[in-house]
Amino acid sequence: MKRRTLFITAAVVLVAAFAAATLVYQSRKADSSQALARQALLVRDHAPTVGPADAKVHIVEFLDPACETCRSFYPFVKRMMAANPGKIRVSVRYAPFHKNSDYVVKVLEATRKQGKYWESLEALLAAQPGWAPNHSPQPDLVWAQLAGLGLDLDRVRQETFDADIARIVQQDIADAKALGVTQTPEFFVNGKPMPSFGYEQLTTLVNDALAKAYP
Amino acid sequence: MIPDEHGAERARAQELGWKLVFACWLIATSSTLGALFFSEVMDLPPCVLCWYQRIFIFPLVLLLPAGLFPFDPKVVRYTLPLSAVGGSIAVFHVLLTYGLIPERIRPCTQGVPCAQNQIEWFGFVSIPLLSLIAFCIINALLLVTHYKVSK
Repeated sequence: MKRRTLFITAAVVLVAAFAAATLVYQSRKADSSQALARQALLVRDHAPTVGPADAKVHIVEFLDPACETCRSFYPFVKRMMAANPGKIRVSVRYAPFHKNSDYVVKVLEATRKQGKYWESLEALLAAQPGWAPNHSPQPDLVWAQLAGLGLDLDRVRQETFDADIARIVQQDIADAKALGVTQTPEFFVNGKPMPSFGYEQLTTLVNDALAKAYP
Repeated sequence: MIPDEHGAERARAQELGWKLVFACWLIATSSTLGALFFSEVMDLPPCVLCWYQRIFIFPLVLLLPAGLFPFDPKVVRYTLPLSAVGGSIAVFHVLLTYGLIPERIRPCTQGVPCAQNQIEWFGFVSIPLLSLIAFCIINALLLVTHYKVSK
């Protein structure tokens, strides 16, 4: 019977350790989500932002242009903005987790220098299966998607490798890591992450923030 | 050899075998809970290769105790195949993360790329490495059990 006692004790200890670790992890996650330091990592001046500056609901999205789920969330977020005019602004941060995505991100940032950022982002997302077949972005295929937007593509090519763009991408990757962003898209609404991933969770988070900011 | 002495030696071997299999169960259960912690609590999505390794370690949590109560030396026969295959997948996975196997034969075309490390402790401990260590220890202990007890 000594064996049985040993076995049961071990099982109980392991399960208890799992439960304790879960509680600790979740409380730490909740703590850090309220920390002010987090806000500094989340909101950077360099991030492309759409929507009025005085909008009280600020959505920060960590995005990978090659990510299929980011592609399907994009129109969803856009609809939320349209449904609440003037109340929501959205900033894009980068989490280029796919191989070669950082290159695509840099191209996007280069189009921003010609004031065509959102057009380019939308064009790339719309044509995503064309330039990122099987989730592997092909840098060469990106250029064709940008034709017809009125961009000076030669200038884009040159500015893609500018040091300021490299710094932005590096900063975003570092911030994503510090904030514990491991998947894309990750949304923070006024600093709060989604409790779990999904369209409904994001809607709830945005609606709560709207109700709080515009009673 | 006197029958009594033979019996005592047998009992000692059985006792050792029980402890080794119990140790295997501890490792399998810790690994299972750890894997569940990564995916369910930390929300790190398991890649395809991780899933295959899970397939071979999760059942050990239930199979090994079946051989512990009462102790059945044959437990090795129905658990070692699982841990051996799981270990082979772990070897493949670790080689992949170190870039020793070229990307082109990577079986992950969707979801999480297997070659991307999601955690890194002390700069080198990744999830696939933890898995490989767990499978190696289980394989070794089960082999020792087999040779000690069946003799």
